[in-house]
Amino acid sequence: MMDRQEVFKRLNEIFQDIFEDENIVVTDETCADNMDGWDSLRHITLISSVEREFGFKFAMKEILEMENVGIMADIIVERATK
Amino acid sequence: MESILFSQLKKNLKKDTTGFKETKLAVLGNCATQLLSQTLRGYAYELKIALNVFDADYDQLEPQTLDPNSELFTFEPNYILIQLCSEKLQLEFCDSSPEEQESFANRVMARIQEYWRRIEARMKAPILQFDFVEINDGVFGNFGLKTQKSFLYQIRKLNMLFSEAASKDKQVFPIALNSLSAQVGRDAFFDPQLFYIAKMPIQVDFLPQIAKRVFDTVEALAGHFRKCAILDLDNTLWGGVVGDDGMEGIRIGELKDGKIYSDLQRYFKELRNRGVLLAVCSKNEYDAAIRPFREHPEMVLREDDFVMFVANWEDKASNIRRIRETLNIGMDSIVFIDDNPFERNAVRSQIADLTVPELPPEPEKYLDFLRKSNLFETVSVSGEDAKRTQQYREEAQRTESAATFASYDEYLQSLEMVAEAKPFDDFHFARIAQLTQRSNQFNLRTVRYTESDIKRITKDDHFITLYFTLRDKFGDHGLISVVILEKRDNGTLFVNEFLMSCRVLKRGMEEFIINKIISTAKENGFTLVEGEYIRTQKNAMVAQLYTQHGFTDCGNGIFHADPNTYTFTPNYIKES
Repeated sequence: MMDRQEVFKRLNEIFQDIFEDENIVVTDETCADNMDGWDSLRHITLISSVEREFGFKFAMKEILEMENVGIMADIIVERATK
Repeated sequence: MESILFSQLKKNLKKDTTGFKETKLAVLGNCATQLLSQTLRGYAYELKIALNVFDADYDQLEPQTLDPNSELFTFEPNYILIQLCSEKLQLEFCDSSPEEQESFANRVMARIQEYWRRIEARMKAPILQFDFVEINDGVFGNFGLKTQKSFLYQIRKLNMLFSEAASKDKQVFPIALNSLSAQVGRDAFFDPQLFYIAKMPIQVDFLPQIAKRVFDTVEALAGHFRKCAILDLDNTLWGGVVGDDGMEGIRIGELKDGKIYSDLQRYFKELRNRGVLLAVCSKNEYDAAIRPFREHPEMVLREDDFVMFVANWEDKASNIRRIRETLNIGMDSIVFIDDNPFERNAVRSQIADLTVPELPPEPEKYLDFLRKSNLFETVSVSGEDAKRTQQYREEAQRTESAATFASYDEYLQSLEMVAEAKPFDDFHFARIAQLTQRSNQFNLRTVRYTESDIKRITKDDHFITLYFTLRDKFGDHGLISVVILEKRDNGTLFVNEFLMSCRVLKRGMEEFIINKIISTAKENGFTLVEGEYIRTQKNAMVAQLYTQHGFTDCGNGIFHADPNTYTFTPNYIKES
């Protein structure tokens, strides 16, 4: 099992990269509603970057139910292979 | 750039494109094309192109092509890209009646041609369109291949109809997407998750490869394409080292893994037949290197398949530069193929614009690697392509041999040139008319004649017609000059048409032709030869031609010579 703090650290880098903003700090509550520019297009690139970074594929159901970064991190903690 | 990732290209989007060539591209599709558009922009940056993309929303082909004031038409793109994904076509197929399903490919193709027609009526921009990714819907099993009722049958048919229609439409350029999908396999190419969440039929990380394919054609349309492959020999065109192993020892054909190299040679031979020039650049003794091409029974490539054959011990970069200079083509239109990573790096570091593909380490993978690298994109083919090697080869030999002579005269003498001068005949009417239509530079009066004009003039007693051919020890230039002499009443022979192909400039052919005009006048009892120069935008090179050859300038572009006192200009051309 991956350390949740470690997951957040790596997730933060991905978010900064995808949203092109070095000041982003993601938390458990970060979601599309409270973050500028998180549209469906960004969502896809975000998902594919996270999948590549942690070495696994999300299930369709997981993507649909991933309401915030906290839930995303929980899934990663459980399934990450790298 | 094969392995570039989408995330890397995306970083280019924010970069400064000042000074780049600006290009406008419109993207239209029946699926989500935004990420494709982003990828294209990112890829364009790598080619120093500032790409301005108009991405029509999902499914806008119909309204955008129908409305003359649509964003597509007001955007005035340089190129249009159409992506119709098979997944969406399949939905349409499923919603059709059984009768409609059997004519599905025809109906879709008719619709696509209607889009083309609408676009072509309003703009000249090339239409780039992906072919259709083959999907086996599995409904009929293997039997689907033999029933028109299956989607698999219809999508394959659609691809064939698409190629047929594109072959007849000069504004349409297909992009081979289906073979790209087949190369990696559908499971890798298509991500159902992505399709159902984002309506995207292609995995994000394949988008850069697709962008490459699109830009291969865009660049070729802009005149940037590769014309020449310079090939290494040892362990590239055959297995082993001919200097050590001897001609009998190199692996080609049946010997051990020789088939790898035979197939590679076949690939290059096909390219050569298509008009790509082949040259050899090898560190070898020349005699040892050329021998297999002359004597080895299993070689596919032969000596005359190459425009230049350079085998010596000098460094390859210098040899490549020499080949480029001799052929007089751009360095960016040359690909250098060598199995040796050291040579590749050495050459790469010395010649910036040269393309040097990083071959895989295993020779058996060379062929597939080269095939999928798509190094030789083109946007046209013609019957002349197959002759290109021969023409460049002869020209290269002339250039090479010119360098070895002390004086130009000595060189001309060595060419052993033979010309013939003949009255027009049936066999040459078409070529003669074509020359009067096309020649611009060495053309004294630029009078354009049709084939029927030429026929008429040939039969008319008021004219003396002459065509000229030239050959030398390296090859035949064919029919390269046309002269029409008009008999005027007062003993004057007027030069009505006088043109020559610029390919044979400065070889004494001008002198040979003028001498022939004068002697013809003399033989026919004329007392005056009158030439005229009519200035155009392009024929400045012959403004002084008549005065340079002993004619008197009478003003107003008229020149006179007396055939009875004319001093013939010497040259090195013999008349056959």
